Amino acid sequence: MPGVEPLPKTTARPSIVAWLGIPFVLAMRIVDYPMRALQRALGEQRMAYVFLLPNLIFFSLFVFAPIVINVIFSVTGGPALFPSERPFVGAGQYAYLFDCGSYLDPSTCREDHFWRGVANTFRFTASQVVAMVLLSLLTAVVLNMKIRGRGFFRAVYFFPVLLSPVVVALIWKWILQRDGLLNAGIIGLGGERILFLVEPGWAMFWAVFVSIWAHMGFYTLILLAGLQAIPSDIYEAAEMDATPRWRVFLRLTLPLLWPNLIVVIVLALIRGVQTFDEVFVLTGGGPGTATLMIVQYIYETAFSNQVQNFGLAAAASVVLGVVLCLLTGLQLALSRRKAA
Amino acid sequence: MKTTRLLLGSGLLALCLGASQAQAQTTLRMTWYSDGNEGEVMTDLLRRFEEKNKDIKVVLDQVPFKAINENLPVQLASNQGPDIARVGDLGGIAKYMLDLRPHLQNPAYFEASYGPFLSWMRVPGDTSSIPGYMTQLTVTGPFVNKTLFEQAGIAMPGPKATWEDWAKATKEVAAKVQAPFPIAVDRSGHRFFGIAIGQGAKVLNDKDEPAVIDDGFKRAAQLVYDWHKAGVMSKELWGAVSGTAYRGANDEFKNAQVVMYMSGSWQIGQFDKTIGSAFDWVAVPTPCGPANCSGMPGGAALVGIKTTQHPKEVARVIEYLASEDVAAEFYQRSLFVPGHLGIAKKGLDYKDASPLGKAALKVFSDQVNLLAPAANRLQGYVNNRVIFNATISRLGQAITGESTLDEAYKRIASDVDQQIAERNKK
Amino acid sequence: MGTTLSRILTSRRRAGRWHWTDVAAYTYLCIGVILMFGPVAWLALSSFKTQAGLLEFPPTLLPLAQKEVVVDGYPQPLPLFAATLEDGTTRHLAQVRRIGIVAQMVDPSDPSQQFRVPIERRIPVREFSLATSNYTEPLQRFAFMRFLGNSVFVTVVATLITLLINSMAAYALSIYEFRGKNTAMVLVIGTLMIPITIILVPVYLVVTEFGLVNSLWAVILPGAATPTGVFLLRQYMLTLPPDLIEAARMDKASEWQIYWRIVMPLTLPALAVLAIFSIMWRWNEFLWPLAVLTKTEVYTLQIGLNAFQGELQTQWHFLLAMTMVTLIPVAIVFVFLQRFITTGIANTGMK
Repeated sequence: MPGVEPLPKTTARPSIVAWLGIPFVLAMRIVDYPMRALQRALGEQRMAYVFLLPNLIFFSLFVFAPIVINVIFSVTGGPALFPSERPFVGAGQYAYLFDCGSYLDPSTCREDHFWRGVANTFRFTASQVVAMVLLSLLTAVVLNMKIRGRGFFRAVYFFPVLLSPVVVALIWKWILQRDGLLNAGIIGLGGERILFLVEPGWAMFWAVFVSIWAHMGFYTLILLAGLQAIPSDIYEAAEMDATPRWRVFLRLTLPLLWPNLIVVIVLALIRGVQTFDEVFVLTGGGPGTATLMIVQYIYETAFSNQVQNFGLAAAASVVLGVVLCLLTGLQLALSRRKAA
Repeated sequence: MKTTRLLLGSGLLALCLGASQAQAQTTLRMTWYSDGNEGEVMTDLLRRFEEKNKDIKVVLDQVPFKAINENLPVQLASNQGPDIARVGDLGGIAKYMLDLRPHLQNPAYFEASYGPFLSWMRVPGDTSSIPGYMTQLTVTGPFVNKTLFEQAGIAMPGPKATWEDWAKATKEVAAKVQAPFPIAVDRSGHRFFGIAIGQGAKVLNDKDEPAVIDDGFKRAAQLVYDWHKAGVMSKELWGAVSGTAYRGANDEFKNAQVVMYMSGSWQIGQFDKTIGSAFDWVAVPTPCGPANCSGMPGGAALVGIKTTQHPKEVARVIEYLASEDVAAEFYQRSLFVPGHLGIAKKGLDYKDASPLGKAALKVFSDQVNLLAPAANRLQGYVNNRVIFNATISRLGQAITGESTLDEAYKRIASDVDQQIAERNKK
Repeated sequence: MGTTLSRILTSRRRAGRWHWTDVAAYTYLCIGVILMFGPVAWLALSSFKTQAGLLEFPPTLLPLAQKEVVVDGYPQPLPLFAATLEDGTTRHLAQVRRIGIVAQMVDPSDPSQQFRVPIERRIPVREFSLATSNYTEPLQRFAFMRFLGNSVFVTVVATLITLLINSMAAYALSIYEFRGKNTAMVLVIGTLMIPITIILVPVYLVVTEFGLVNSLWAVILPGAATPTGVFLLRQYMLTLPPDLIEAARMDKASEWQIYWRIVMPLTLPALAVLAIFSIMWRWNEFLWPLAVLTKTEVYTLQIGLNAFQGELQTQWHFLLAMTMVTLIPVAIVFVFLQRFITTGIANTGMK
């Protein structure tokens, strides 16, 4: 029962919390009166709606409404900003996006940047998720060993999670540039200078690397949580049977870790598809369009051109949204089946 | 929930109160971006203006340049713009600009001093409005690291030399002194046309419609393409990023890694400040092509915005800043090429500049008179940024090998058509 | 730090014996330390270099600047070089001026002695020096305290709102069975996937409609209902024993009381995690504030510190320094809350 154990910690917390707590308790007490009245009127179970309401209001104003506006944008054209001033063009924007000779070859598409973005995002996400899961699993396992300074090391791996994507990209750009630290090291060791962000293969590699560098700590902690929740008597039993450790890991640990792995995979996947500022600041989508991601394409279509093409950008974002929904649906279905 | 509302309410209230306090005098908002020290200079000038005009307060809102191109148009379209703004995309913003003419004391002065540039700020068909004045006139052109030439023992090509001459000479110099960049050109469509105009690119047809791909354009594109193949240009600029992203080589030039850097007059200030005595840098006239030896003009203007509540006050501020003495001080302290005909004619004494900087400013100021008509027409064309963006984006792809030059030409033409069609959808 | 390290290094799996997995684990972790902290440390060092120092290749580890000396008869301090003279000796000389590829130099101790040295035969003499002007110059130019105040306000208020409404929603979605629950879940997960970047313009329109442009609320409100938060908290609340809530209901506690007196304290570790994330998100936000805040008095730190980014150049020395400034709160949060974060997720959450 993992939820109950941390309680003693809360009682030991210093008095600042208590000072913050007083207004909190007061506010909560005051809110209790109208809440009780509501509960009397609605009944216990329907209080769920009351609890859901504030979040829902924010959702509808700042997420749902914009999505609806986006859909409207996607079926209209022209440079105007207000939907009411935009002429209806039907599926024109979508037709333009999907006007391809062959979907497998972006250069046959009218809007080739969109398709290059799709292909790059796919490659980026696939390699990033696989590497992320493996590395964070490895790190979690290592951190789960009986090691001195575990807290310190945990913190070390988590640290980059706190940096903003722009800062992360800036730091690495500074290291990877022509006269950066890495090239200095390579030349110092007698190697040849490599223009990391000018070779398409390298640029993609570093985009993936940097993204893993920045986010691995978070996923490691999720997996570590799973590892620590596995009761140790299971391992003791296995040890008594003298089962090899790798078999214990495959047969016992991994299945028990599965729910956490699902969370990691889903979140990494979604993050991967959404990737924008990190890669944008690092590589600018280049060289050529080798690391142009779909969200960057949408952003630039809407903002960077002289004619800010909100319609086309919205159409692309609707397509992206649909794909993401399908992906998540698939993931959920998968995890359900595994769980059952 | 309740607390949220309370918080919200009191916060909004506080904000409203804050906003209503400054009603006694007129407060104008000026959105501004800086490449160098011009923000500080403008702050000084505004302070002086406020001392003379106690009823007006001008607040300078400094933003990153990114916001001027990407966010300001959205703000203007939703009527949330400032009163005054410094903008670079004159054609694109023209429809939001305020005509100051009815509020100016001396419109004739603007005509006489800024005449040719005013048309850059007007929507097509408009021949009379005065939206603002040029904070800066820029001309594209190359900087050369003279010391590298001396170290290599190679003579610099003369004033009427062609791009081919320079490519050959810089390549030799770079090989001798082991500089990685014989020629660097900013990754920018505007700079590309600084080469293409000389090669004979016309860009627009007689009806002022884009006809981008012509022989001159192709000659320039081929030139740049071949330079990348031959190692005269490094892929690090044009090949390194995608789309319309700008990339300059000023750091590389300052570090003496570039023999010739094709950029523009706006670099002088920082070169003057940072290179110091490390090496001799000179500006040279734009190398010639078969058509002419013209670069591209450009610049930024300070303009009034249509939605302002205080057009009269806006006009007073701009009239003050655009007046000859004040404008001259601004150009002079920011090390800008003047966008004012009278000042340009008299010549400016850049007191703060080193001899190298002064010489460079002189070269660029002289270049203004050599601009080809096609260059001025392109700069005044309302959709010019569409053309610049399409060009750099597609040529970048050709240079990295993602497409051929011929494909790039086709895509440039279709990109331009598509975007202009989108703009014209009503 | 030193003692921790040595303790870490001398510890092992079982007293007295090193298993190869221990060696592997420590090697892995130490590489990790270098890889994770190294880049940030490099940024910190670089941010104190002069503009010229930043351009240098190979880069020096520590910030160095060329030494300058005052020489009699010259009003300005002169840069000092180690020059190799024609006779092969090396002397420290001050450079008076450089003409083409020849430098005119003097001996600082004896200004009457003049030398002409080819420029490739002189190396700058440098000393350790922190270019603090990278920090002070941009900070003086802007109303730093104002921006800081705005950023703190946005971060704190937004995080409080997020914690409150997200935990309420998570509570509803984990404790109750009600009609539309699945729809609500799908919506939450659905919105998990919409990055604000792609709905920037529509959100801007909504904010304009409310007249919130140039108000800090325009930055606070749109991101308050984070789907990640609801998701995270709900996953956590699902692990709470249902008996606990049943027992409270038997005791006639109202639903609201159950929420804030029982569920909230038990969810504290997950709330802490969300708080930290929310703080980071808000503190680092750039694109959205840039779109809705145009007046200096409402700028957040991220916008104010980026205002020197021009059209045509990146001033690396300022950029690196200002990046460090925005990192300071991150570092503070990290130092004080890292135990919280790591044990918060690790001991309990996300199951």
